Amino acid sequence: MSGGLFTFGVFFAAIFTSNILLTNFLGMCSFLAVSREVKTSVGLGAAVIFVMAITSVLNWLIYYYVLVPLDIIYLRYIAFIIVIAAFVQLVEMIIERVSDTLYAALGIFLPLITVNCAILGASLFMVIREYTFLSSFAFGAGSGIGWALAIIAMAGIRTKLNIRSKVPYGLTGAGITLIIAGIMALAFMGFAGMINIT
Amino acid sequence: MKASYKYRQAFASGIGVNNPVFMQILGICSTLAVTNVLKNTVVMCAGLIFTTGLSNLTVSALRRYIPGRVRMMVETLIIAAWVILVDIALRAYLPDMSRQLGPYVGLIITNCIVMGRAEAYALSNPAGLSLVDGLSAGLGYSYVLLIIAFVRELLGSGSIWGYQVLGDWWVNWNIMVMAPGGFFMLALFIWVVKGSFLKEKPAAGAAGAQAGGAQKPVAQGAPAAAGVSAQGGGS
Repeated sequence: MSGGLFTFGVFFAAIFTSNILLTNFLGMCSFLAVSREVKTSVGLGAAVIFVMAITSVLNWLIYYYVLVPLDIIYLRYIAFIIVIAAFVQLVEMIIERVSDTLYAALGIFLPLITVNCAILGASLFMVIREYTFLSSFAFGAGSGIGWALAIIAMAGIRTKLNIRSKVPYGLTGAGITLIIAGIMALAFMGFAGMINIT
Repeated sequence: MKASYKYRQAFASGIGVNNPVFMQILGICSTLAVTNVLKNTVVMCAGLIFTTGLSNLTVSALRRYIPGRVRMMVETLIIAAWVILVDIALRAYLPDMSRQLGPYVGLIITNCIVMGRAEAYALSNPAGLSLVDGLSAGLGYSYVLLIIAFVRELLGSGSIWGYQVLGDWWVNWNIMVMAPGGFFMLALFIWVVKGSFLKEKPAAGAAGAQAGGAQKPVAQGAPAAAGVSAQGGGS
């Protein structure tokens, strides 16, 4: 595939066929903990999309313009995590100054994001799969959207589940969430034939 | 006598009552993905035990010098340093394995267990105890994943540790090797454990479990991570 089409393919694949949560299990902790209400899930999902898209790009720049020329690729974990933490901190400060409503909506989720495996995972995948600059942006944004999609869908299902359902005691909480996630993963596997990007 | 009791208690809590996976549902993120093959899981778990133990030790040894405000960052950097060691060792001695595990080794950094133990235990306990606590949290986590990996590999590819053990009559359950199998297995495991061993507040029933779960977001947030252990210990 040529440039533009490939970028779009990466974007699409990151959302559906290789959803970072449902096929790679990344970001499970916040997924299990926060997928209780749709509203909070939307907030966290939006924050993840934003942070993931930008940090993928930032980490791409850091990797190819700092780490590779200096031949210190083995420091990439530290570099990436610092970039992510610093970026999240920066965004939090800016949002706090600029808009109170936005801060109320997104601010509380930002600290959760630094420890979200999916963010670091997206950056590491991007490096391993040797994406170009544009593709990494597409991959970051796509992964974020895919993650948000999964958590919002899960929150919707769990809301219904709370209203009328008899879950065995042993499955309450995490257990039933994992089973639903498994069924969602099965459903998302239906997309697998459409596109295949590794 | 007393000291050894403390050590034993620190060790037992991570494996039993305070087990990170089924008591706190922490840190399944990065490792669950490699549980489709037993060999990968063993390597990954060894890396995780190493990282949890030593990062706990380091954080604990430095705890008087770490300023409170930036402690999360410092902890992350300490953990990242140990993970880099694991990564380099893997690449030097097990290059094929390193390629298969791909990004998952690096993702030990964001594994909630490592961070959770550093926050909840290492920051307020002496170094020796922290090391034991870290190792036991890692071990408690590992045996759960090893059981899951064992079943997934057996049902999914009919093999154990790469050796074919089930004959031609066996039809592989492909689903077990793929992502949904991991979700289902973990859910079943939690179901069995919670349903048969942890029936301590049946009166509260589902409502109690919901309330308990509602506090779980805390596990992610830094400042209140200490609450995690208290919660786990209480239930």
